[in-house]
Amino acid sequence: MQNVYLTIALAPLLAAIIAGLGGRVIGRAGAHSVTIAGVALSFGLSAWVLWQQLGGAPAYNGVVYTWLVTDGIPMQVGFLIDRLSALMMVVVTFVSLMVHVYTIGYMHDDDGYTRFFAYISLFTFSMLMLVMSNNFLQLFFGWEAVGLVSYLLIGFWYTRPSAIFANLKAFLVNRVGDFGFLLGIAAIVHFTGSLDYARAFHFAPQIAQQSFTLFEGQAWNAMSVICICLFVGAMGKSAQVPLHVWLPDSMEGPTPISALIHAATMVTAGIFMVARMSPLFELSTTALSVVLVIGATTALFMGFLGIVNNDIKRVIAYSTLSQLGYMTVALGVSAYSAGIFHLMTHAFFKALLFLGAGSVIIAMHHEQDMRRMGGLKKHLPITYWTTLAGALALIGFPGFSGFFSKDALIDAVGESHTPGHVYALVCVTAGVFITALYTFRLIFMTFHGEERMDAHTREHLHESPWVVTVPLVLLAIPSVIIGWLTVGPVLFHGYFGSAIAVRPEHDVLGEVGREFTTPLAFMLHAFLGLPVYLAAAGVLTAWFLYLKRPELPARLREMFAPVYRVLDNKYWFDWFNENVIASGCRALGRLFWRGGDELLIDGVLVNGSARAVGWFAAVARHVQSGYLYHYAFAMIIGLSALIAWFLWRT
Amino acid sequence: MIGLSHFLLLAGILFSIAVAGVFLNRKNVILLLMCIELMLLAVNFNFVAFSRWLGDLDGQVFVFFILTVAAAESAIGLAILVVLFRERKSINVENLDTMRG
Amino acid sequence: MLTTILFYLYAAVLVGSALGVILARNPVRAALFLVLAFFTSAVLWLLLEAEFLGIVLVLVYVGAVMVLFLFVIMMLDINVAELRAGLTRYAPLGALVAGLMIAEIFYVVWTRHLGVDAADWAPPLPAGYSNTKSLGAVLYTDYALPFQLAAVVLLVAIVAAISLTMRRRAGYKQQDIGRQVAARKEDRVRIVKVEPEKRT
Repeated sequence: MQNVYLTIALAPLLAAIIAGLGGRVIGRAGAHSVTIAGVALSFGLSAWVLWQQLGGAPAYNGVVYTWLVTDGIPMQVGFLIDRLSALMMVVVTFVSLMVHVYTIGYMHDDDGYTRFFAYISLFTFSMLMLVMSNNFLQLFFGWEAVGLVSYLLIGFWYTRPSAIFANLKAFLVNRVGDFGFLLGIAAIVHFTGSLDYARAFHFAPQIAQQSFTLFEGQAWNAMSVICICLFVGAMGKSAQVPLHVWLPDSMEGPTPISALIHAATMVTAGIFMVARMSPLFELSTTALSVVLVIGATTALFMGFLGIVNNDIKRVIAYSTLSQLGYMTVALGVSAYSAGIFHLMTHAFFKALLFLGAGSVIIAMHHEQDMRRMGGLKKHLPITYWTTLAGALALIGFPGFSGFFSKDALIDAVGESHTPGHVYALVCVTAGVFITALYTFRLIFMTFHGEERMDAHTREHLHESPWVVTVPLVLLAIPSVIIGWLTVGPVLFHGYFGSAIAVRPEHDVLGEVGREFTTPLAFMLHAFLGLPVYLAAAGVLTAWFLYLKRPELPARLREMFAPVYRVLDNKYWFDWFNENVIASGCRALGRLFWRGGDELLIDGVLVNGSARAVGWFAAVARHVQSGYLYHYAFAMIIGLSALIAWFLWRT
Repeated sequence: MIGLSHFLLLAGILFSIAVAGVFLNRKNVILLLMCIELMLLAVNFNFVAFSRWLGDLDGQVFVFFILTVAAAESAIGLAILVVLFRERKSINVENLDTMRG
Repeated sequence: MLTTILFYLYAAVLVGSALGVILARNPVRAALFLVLAFFTSAVLWLLLEAEFLGIVLVLVYVGAVMVLFLFVIMMLDINVAELRAGLTRYAPLGALVAGLMIAEIFYVVWTRHLGVDAADWAPPLPAGYSNTKSLGAVLYTDYALPFQLAAVVLLVAIVAAISLTMRRRAGYKQQDIGRQVAARKEDRVRIVKVEPEKRT
């Protein structure tokens, strides 16, 4: 069994190495063939592993390789394969495989073709190591590795200054999150003396009894500190406010990676991590509140930004941020299963939306501004219908996968008592309206209405090749049906088993599940609640503003100018980061350079000491007067002094 | 009565006069050399006096060697002086400053 | 009693001649004062029953070293007038240092216990004591090696003095022993085959 897990992880790595180092030798076809083969193998084996887990196989927790043992702490490579990681493995490899195939079409004209395939295979390896890990060190390795590959891919077109700005921004903001993450891991090592999950979970109740004194007189609960630190890492990786600023900029990278990394997999690493750490988080209501509030804020306020943006990819990026907020809210109310379930459905329909947008972009000759699109429905039928399916899933249209995950989530928040749940309920419910609004704004502006592109582009409009459309179809299928099929088992019938721990008083999903019977009943029951109508209202509003009366948005912008100013400036997060933090750091660096290095070290210590020696020598050399008598005097006076000193001593 | 301290004091006075001579004399190198001889004489006095009082001949042996070395040293000093005079045509010490730092 | 008078008399002369050395304007006079100082010291050493050293002082120091001094003084054409100036400029400093020196020696001599009864005359020497004999007995046995070393020092002094002052004048015919010894037969002698002449 261990070999199967190793193959799952290492096949993409091997493919990445071959494609990366030997790209020139094996050519483009060779590069994409070997990487697709690697990922397909991983997908197949992951599906088999999931099948085994569903069939009741026990969880596997084993060490593959001990790297080193330091200070009594073993640092190992190990695998923890249970229901949770099996699910994640399938999701990751499936979406990765779709993106691999899609890339053949999308990056067809690009010079860095083989490099791209090597990178996305490398990413698949890193993400698999992350989800399959059984200890914090490997988790962190995977964490950093996906960050690194994200950096490489965002800056794939490295000659573009905006791309370089974006990839550095992503890396640095992630670093801030990683700092918190490392502190959390260090705290766990401090309290348990080990990096293992198993030991951490075993000692968790004891740790929750201890307290942690950072400053004099301020003792905090140890588990709260650990969980909040770990969550800071999740905030960085899963782009929660205020560490969300890198995700919109990451759209500088090619669309396939926006789909793979920044929608389906890497950004979900944080959600996965919190779910995996549920035994720890359950012991700290404070941490759960923090998670809840931040997630709710992200869910609502990032949605607002999607309404005013005109770049098709950026709208979908803000949508991703908002949906990540939803997942975080689910974690905050201890509905971990709902969070992971929404992660899974979101992976499918968001990847679909991105790839669909990518198809539109190819057709429009890399034009991304929606104001120059319109009426593409008849030119790109397959793209239109699959993207529409994804959009319906996103807004939670009854029956589609997103509906099940989102509604279950909102119901769970309604049942919760964790501090901040009222605020969270308001945010996620209002967010439904906003989500529908910006989603269908996108659909209407892109595919419906009058054609606003120039004549030259219109003549060249044609549907994308099969390598692009087949992945779209393959992703549309689960976006539609997977919710219906899996909501019962995953959410309410204990699919996750011992992988996720929930304390009885937090068990909101249990409450929701008490009324659950069949998916159909759940769907019909939704019509009694608010979200369905909010979604419909959002679609209607979008139709009104962008199809019926397209001149209205401009008037609204004039009327509500201050509000628009806030939104256009993205709540001034970027301004703050660039002008206060970045400038401040640069100024500090300049201070250290000019003042510290040049003035102090060079001037005073290095040159200054040399100058002092020179000055002293210039003064002292006057002793060498050349006059015989001066020397004679010096000798005699010295002699007298010596004698006097000896006399005084004895 | 004459005691050891008288001889020692005499030697001391002799030495100090020689030291003063080094300080007073600004012009004449030969005079410098002569003051050095005086200093050596004073030291020899000390040695002989102590040798007599302690009954140990080692002091006188040492004076023997001091005499030898003093002779050698004055010979070489004067040789240098002669060469100097050939070059400079003067023994004025204040002009000897080419070795200044 | 006699010892006391002799001591004070010759001590006075000694100090006076020393002062004369440093205060004399004429270097020849200074040298002569130094000769006087040496003579007086020799007498004082005789008083201390160190006869050998006293004689050696006169023979070697006065006879050789001071004669050398006088040679050099007379040989160098010294501008006497120039030497008269500038005596008083450093007088205070000189007096200070000399005074300091005397004070220190005074302090040592009068206040420290010197291990002997410093106020009385030395213990008497055994009868039949010959200073020269005793000195010779020690010098050639215990101090034989330093004796040889002293000889080497003198040799070095000779070589140094000669090498410093020797100069070659132009147009001066001199023997170069090195070149003479290094001459080869081929440079000096040339064999010429001469046909014997027939007697006619």
